[in-house]
Amino acid sequence: MNWQALRTIFQHEMARFWRTPWESLASPVVSTVLYFVVFGAAIGGRIQSVEGISYGAFIVPGLIMLTVLQQSIANASFGIFVPKFAGTIYEILAAPVSFIEVVLGYVGAAALKSVIIAVVIYLTALFFVDLPVAHPVWALAFLILTAFSFSLFGFLLGIWAKDWQQVQFIPLMVVTPLVFLGGAFYSASMLPPFWEGVARLNPVLYLVSGFRWSFFGQADVPVAASLLAVAAFLGLGVGAVWFIFRTGWRLRA
Amino acid sequence: MPPIIEVSDLSKTYASGTAALSGVTLDIREGEILALLGPNGAGKTTFISILCGLVKPTGGAARVGGHDIVRDYRAARALIGLVPQEIAVEPFETVMNTLRFSRGLFGRKPDDAHLEKVLNSLTLWDKRDARLNELSGGMKRRVLIGKALSHGPRVLFLDEPTAGVDVNLRREMWAVVRDLRAEGVTIILTTHYLEEAEEMADRIGIIDKGRLLLLQDTAKLMHEFGRKRLIVELAAPLAALPAALAGHGLTLSADGTHVRYDYDTRADRSGIARLLAGFAEAGIGVRDLETEQSSLEEVFLRLVEEGA
Repeated sequence: MNWQALRTIFQHEMARFWRTPWESLASPVVSTVLYFVVFGAAIGGRIQSVEGISYGAFIVPGLIMLTVLQQSIANASFGIFVPKFAGTIYEILAAPVSFIEVVLGYVGAAALKSVIIAVVIYLTALFFVDLPVAHPVWALAFLILTAFSFSLFGFLLGIWAKDWQQVQFIPLMVVTPLVFLGGAFYSASMLPPFWEGVARLNPVLYLVSGFRWSFFGQADVPVAASLLAVAAFLGLGVGAVWFIFRTGWRLRA
Repeated sequence: MPPIIEVSDLSKTYASGTAALSGVTLDIREGEILALLGPNGAGKTTFISILCGLVKPTGGAARVGGHDIVRDYRAARALIGLVPQEIAVEPFETVMNTLRFSRGLFGRKPDDAHLEKVLNSLTLWDKRDARLNELSGGMKRRVLIGKALSHGPRVLFLDEPTAGVDVNLRREMWAVVRDLRAEGVTIILTTHYLEEAEEMADRIGIIDKGRLLLLQDTAKLMHEFGRKRLIVELAAPLAALPAALAGHGLTLSADGTHVRYDYDTRADRSGIARLLAGFAEAGIGVRDLETEQSSLEEVFLRLVEEGA
């Protein structure tokens, strides 16, 4: 294990985050505030409560998950796609490192950025609603595991993508719909039975549900199923990255 | 002293079916400058890329400092610095930071004093806080060398270090390479500039179509494969060469004042003595003699033709 290399990659990626604090932190905060204005104040004023929780509070876990998924994928995909695009990746490939250092460095940094953003959104939400966390340790565990899993997907996306369009296509066309349809802004039980069945096929539903449970103690699906979903995402991501570095797919000819 | 790099039967066939490298075997001595010469697509970059870990070999083996480049890649790569052909830098990073990053990637603890030394040797110390996108192309190329040297490698690969570089900068680059050699760094460079190989390298390897056609000491190569030309200045102009001298393959200059004779230094006899005797017999006075050695470029083109 080349710890120095892992630390170097990690710090390098985090430096990029702090170098542009406005883009890194302010924009998620601004969009969160907008969601509160639209969903919390305008719409939430008419919905009152979902399963006994004020609508404004109810959407916060989903809102955080939405941002964590988007930010994880965006950060990790750009983190590896930019060197690939610019050609500077040669240095990583020629360095005495294995996929472990590279993945932990890039994915770890991307995941930490998402977690920081999630915490900032949570703190922002506190200005608008009363938001106790019923199971803080589980909340943090769901947050970290989700951030890491989707950073892995972002990393894979960055390796797979051959141009900028592809880097942006997946988050826009796949992830955002999955999050919106995954119960970020409503409970799956509010849907008609047929659509509730469809929603249960959406893997993101399990993440949102589990995360929401850690806040309010209520969930659309059993918590164990949510944990299993996160573990499955993580396992898939790790397996795919391992395969890529073993075969050199799209990295080494 | 064992060779720093041992390459045996190294081959690479790309997924497309292109055989970029076919059974290359060579040893590289510690501390030497080896130039790899060959036309575009000859396999020079593939060769370097395999040794550095950018490309996976499909056959054969290679060791750097005794470490297998595949099985023991960490130890092998730790000894290597690579300066790629294309200039690829992070535009918004500073010179110093990009060197720090490279050093860290190779598992070395931060050492700004070492990086200062490297930057000074590349006359980049003044630019240490400049962003890379503010630098000229030549400076960026030197930054790439600095990155490759940041972890103190024992072997430095320079893939076409002077491609697209002006004359002054090329001289500057050569000086840097010589200084590095003086410090004991083994240098493998690829080049299109035959003049460069001739001027810089201790040994020259000629690659074409993925095969190593020749590997030899530069001076010996020049000596053995060099064709020489003898120019005979005549005491008085001739209208035509006399029939007695027809067998020598001579060429008379347009104004009849010079005779040109090409000979091969590899041949047992140069034929010069016989030629001059022939001049004497034919009663032609000789004022002066001059010889020209063929350039490496001619040697190279001839070898590639013979190898084809």
